[in-house]
Amino acid sequence: MPEAVYIGKNPSAQPDLQELMKAVARGDEEAFSSLYDAVASPVMGVVRAVLRDPAQSEEITQEVLVEVWRTAPRYREDRGSVINWVLTLAHRRAVDRVRSADASAARDHKAALLDRMPEFDEVTEQVEARLEREQVRRCLRTLTELQHQSVTLAYYRGLTYREVAAQLSVPLGTVKTRLRDGLIRLRDCLGVSA
Amino acid sequence: MTSTAADLHTLTGAYALHALDAEERARFERHLTVCEACAEEVRELAATAARLGLAASAPPAPALKEQVIRRIATVRQEPPVVRAPARARVLRRLLSNWALAACVALTAALGATAAWQHTQVEDARRDAHQAQQRADQLAAVLAAPDAKSRTARFEDGTSGTVVVSAARDKAVFTATGMTPLPDGKVYQLWFADGDTMRPAGLMDAGRTSRAVLMEGALGTASAMGVTVEPAGGSPQPTSDPVVLLDLPA
Repeated sequence: MPEAVYIGKNPSAQPDLQELMKAVARGDEEAFSSLYDAVASPVMGVVRAVLRDPAQSEEITQEVLVEVWRTAPRYREDRGSVINWVLTLAHRRAVDRVRSADASAARDHKAALLDRMPEFDEVTEQVEARLEREQVRRCLRTLTELQHQSVTLAYYRGLTYREVAAQLSVPLGTVKTRLRDGLIRLRDCLGVSA
Repeated sequence: MTSTAADLHTLTGAYALHALDAEERARFERHLTVCEACAEEVRELAATAARLGLAASAPPAPALKEQVIRRIATVRQEPPVVRAPARARVLRRLLSNWALAACVALTAALGATAAWQHTQVEDARRDAHQAQQRADQLAAVLAAPDAKSRTARFEDGTSGTVVVSAARDKAVFTATGMTPLPDGKVYQLWFADGDTMRPAGLMDAGRTSRAVLMEGALGTASAMGVTVEPAGGSPQPTSDPVVLLDLPA
C-alpha cells in the first residue's frame, strides 16, 4: 500500500474534519468557516473540471458549500470520510448542471471532450494538491487506454456511460465494465479504503 | 423461466462516477438496498472517484467565502436522520455470519479454563474455525477484483443474486423472498456443468436471505440452481429448480 508523503505542513496540524463536521452539524458557524477553508479548493476543482465555465463554476461551488451546511446533520461518518461526502455532492451537482439543457451546447466539441485532464493553476496551488495530483496521474497511467478514457470522460467531463460509449465508439457493456475495473485498479493503486 | 439477466453489479463503477441516467440510477439504488457487496464496493469506488476530484483542487476567489458565510446565516439546517435505513438491516443480516463465528469463538475462549468442557471446547473451536474460514472465503469472493454477479427476479417474488470469482474458483449465492419450507424440507444449491447437476451445499432453513458460500469449486459450471429437497439434501435434484441462474461469463 502506497504511503502518503507529506511535505511542509504536518498533517496532524490540519483540522480534524470529522470533529469540525460534528460542530457544523450543531450549527456552529465558526466551525463551518474552518471546514470551508479545508474543502473549498477541492470543491471548486471538481466543479470547474466538469463545468469549465468560470462563472458557472463559482455559482455551483457556492451552491455546494451552502448545501454542505444545510445537510451537515445528515452526514454519517460510517458511510465515508467528510471530504468524500463533500466531493461526491460537488461532483453530483456539477454533473446535474452540465446535463441540463442550457449547458449542453457548450460541450459538444469533440476535441474539448477528449482533452481529458482539466487544466491546473500550477502557480497558486498548494504543495499537497500537487502531490495528490502526481499520485493520481501516476495511477491513471496504470490503467489501460480504454479504462483511462472511460473513467476520465465520466468523471472530469460528467458524461453518462452511454455518452462515453458513443464518444469512444465502443459497446455499452464494455464501458460499464471498464468504468468498474478502471476504478478498481485506481483504488488498489491509490490504496483507497471506504 | 424468465430472467432479467441484468448485470446490475457491474454498474458500481458507473454509479460511483454519476454516469447513470436518472432511471438507471433509481433502479441501481433499489438494488443497493439488497446488495451489501455492491454498497461496499460503491463506497470504495466513490472514495476513489473523490481522489480524482482532490487531484483537481483549485482555490476559488477569496470573495466567495464571504458570500457563502453570509448565505448560511439565513439557511436552516436539516434535522439529522434517526431511523435505521434498510441497508443497515441488510448489512446486519449479512454480518450475522461473522457475528456467529465471533460468538462461537468467544464461547470457546470462555470455556477454555474449565477442564470438564474440554471436548465441547474443541468442537466449538473447530466449528468456529470452520465458520470463520467460510466467512473469510465468502468475503474474499465478494471482494475479488474479478467478481461478477447476476441477479434475476422470479415470478413468485423471489430474487436471487450469484457472485462468482473465477480467480477464487468460488461462487456466493444470496436470495430474498424465498418461501419458508415445511419441516423435513431444505433448499439445496447446485452447480450445473452442462446437463449435470453437482451438489453445492444446503441453505440454512431459518436464514434463506443470508449470503451462502457455495460448496465446491466453480470449475466449468455454466449455471447454478436451487431445488427443494428432503432434509439432509440429495445426491441429485429430485424436483424442478425454484431458482436457475446462468453464471456471468
